[in-house]
Amino acid sequence: MGVAIEVKGLRKRYGPLAAVDGIDFSVEAGSVFAFLGPNGAGKTTTTEILEGLRNRSEGTVGVLGFDPWADGGTLHRRIGVIPQDFRFFEKITPREAIEYYRALFHTAPDPVELLRRVELADKADARFDSLSGGQKQKLGLALSLVNDPEVCFLDEPTTGLDPHARRSIWAVIRQLRKEGRTVFLTTHYLEEAELLADRVAIIHHGRIIASGTPGHIIEQFGGPERLRVEAPPELAGYLASHAGVVARAEDGHVEVELRSKEDALKVLSAIDASGIPWQGFETVHDTLEDVFVRLVGQMDEGALRSEAAP
Amino acid sequence: MRPAHIFADFKVVARTYFRNPVALFFSLIFPIILIALFGLIFSSTGSSSVTLAVVNEDHNSSESVAFLAALNQTTLVKVQVENVAPGDFASWLGQNDYPVGLVIPAGFQANYTNHTATNLTLYTDPQDAASSGQVEAAVIGVTNQFNLNAVCTAGSCAPIIGISSANVGSAVYTYIDYLIPGLIGFTILTSPMFSMVDVASSYRKDGIFRQLSLTPLTRAEWLTSRILWYIVLTFVSAGIMIGTGAYLFNAHVLVTVQLIPFLVAGPFLFVSLGMLAGSVARTPESAALIGNIITFPMMFLSGTFFPVSSFPPGLQTFAHVLPLYYVIDGMNQVMLFANSARALTDVAIVLAIAVVFFLLSIRLFKWRDE
Repeated sequence: MGVAIEVKGLRKRYGPLAAVDGIDFSVEAGSVFAFLGPNGAGKTTTTEILEGLRNRSEGTVGVLGFDPWADGGTLHRRIGVIPQDFRFFEKITPREAIEYYRALFHTAPDPVELLRRVELADKADARFDSLSGGQKQKLGLALSLVNDPEVCFLDEPTTGLDPHARRSIWAVIRQLRKEGRTVFLTTHYLEEAELLADRVAIIHHGRIIASGTPGHIIEQFGGPERLRVEAPPELAGYLASHAGVVARAEDGHVEVELRSKEDALKVLSAIDASGIPWQGFETVHDTLEDVFVRLVGQMDEGALRSEAAP
Repeated sequence: MRPAHIFADFKVVARTYFRNPVALFFSLIFPIILIALFGLIFSSTGSSSVTLAVVNEDHNSSESVAFLAALNQTTLVKVQVENVAPGDFASWLGQNDYPVGLVIPAGFQANYTNHTATNLTLYTDPQDAASSGQVEAAVIGVTNQFNLNAVCTAGSCAPIIGISSANVGSAVYTYIDYLIPGLIGFTILTSPMFSMVDVASSYRKDGIFRQLSLTPLTRAEWLTSRILWYIVLTFVSAGIMIGTGAYLFNAHVLVTVQLIPFLVAGPFLFVSLGMLAGSVARTPESAALIGNIITFPMMFLSGTFFPVSSFPPGLQTFAHVLPLYYVIDGMNQVMLFANSARALTDVAIVLAIAVVFFLLSIRLFKWRDE
């Protein structure tokens, strides 16, 4: 599989402010790539540059080999886009909207079939202004598929949606991947990225601070795996002195860092030997969200510290 | 430009319109209200005819008497012949509270029969535009009738008297006749201007232009589909106004194919201008302001409700720089005076301005940000 999106040294300046400050990444064709970052980090700016909606200040960008700003006309026939907060003509129904796009793109998907795919077939003849937020977003998704795109850009497609609507959009994203399409996704929900994405990149203050598979990022930036035991706090002290492990007590349980599988066996037999009553145990590890919060938090603290320095 | 794209977008515009009761009201019902309202206020029902003081320097020659009789028959004016020296006439009119006065020059009959230029002098009071407009419509109408007869004699037509007696009364213009081209012009201006200015700024704010920029639709195709839609609306509302005028007020206007270029070029011009105004504005509020600044002077000063020739000279000059003036003047030439040559000049001016506005607005309105 080749590369669908290639970004090198991308910068976007608004006056003295750099919204995107020299980023590089590439997205393999047929994969789901999640682009994460706190609000104002440069996610939407980057996405809009890739979609050809915004020009860049510096760097090279290739989507399916095209420069999105210069070759937008050609590129737009081969990509699908749902912008953040999708809006459309208020008095037009989903069926009519798809027919409109069909005529513009000279394609012939069946409107009802397409709406069924995004679970909107029952609203095919309702006017856009009567649709809920989730239904509007689903229409955006359906419209982005009218031209049978090779790359789909979804900018926060599930923001503000109820859990059911989110799950149905996830199902569509999985289906898109299965069909061999490339999906470029931005989201606030780290759980969503972890579930759907082959690779993620985290952008903060216009720079990419971590990238790779979710597992790789967690491994690289997350804490070690931990054994969590439901037991009174004195167990922490006992394990520290008798098993030589790092243990801490909090909220009615004790957490022990595991450096290896052997550690787990050692800790469990030490607990058994301690005679301290315990209920159950589980192993826990950092999620992408834990890592994200930690990384972003560290960077902001660092920034505050350097600002405070004379 | 691909017709399939324009047609697809046209369907969206039409549906949006038909599903919006306010828009429908303004394009279909409002013209009827306009015609009915102005027709009721200004249409001549005998009692509302304006008294026209006349000084006849041609000493009651038969042509001058016939001319005055024709004026009386319009029922717009009631001719009252006065014996005043022409030099004192203007001040005499003011002293005696006459808003309008007419001087028929000496030698009127002789000049008329020899086809030599002769000048009527019409005194009007700019403060009383209603009476002035009404009288002017009557005098222009009768003068045209007489001139047509004269031209006909110069060729190989029928004799003067025969033609004039046959036509007086039916081919004379009343205020309502004059009002119809004016009000058609009024809707050609207002309906696209108000809505396009709003569309230009709100579509940008709502991201609909960005959404469209991701499709193969071009800006020129998009604007063309709007223009086509307003052309259709203009035909419908012009038809409604002509019909209402004829049915309610017995209006007589000429409806010929020469009207078509104005019903096409007019919307072309004002859809483009509305888009241009909406594109240069940064916010919907400033767009509305710019739209109003452009629209309001044109709405009243282009000959919509009263003839431009009844304006004071300064305002007349100003009216000539307003694009709507040429739309309305052209329709007057077609519908009232059957003056094709001047109508052709008018439509050429309208088309030229429209092309410039169209190209400018396509250049200036952006789907996407830099």
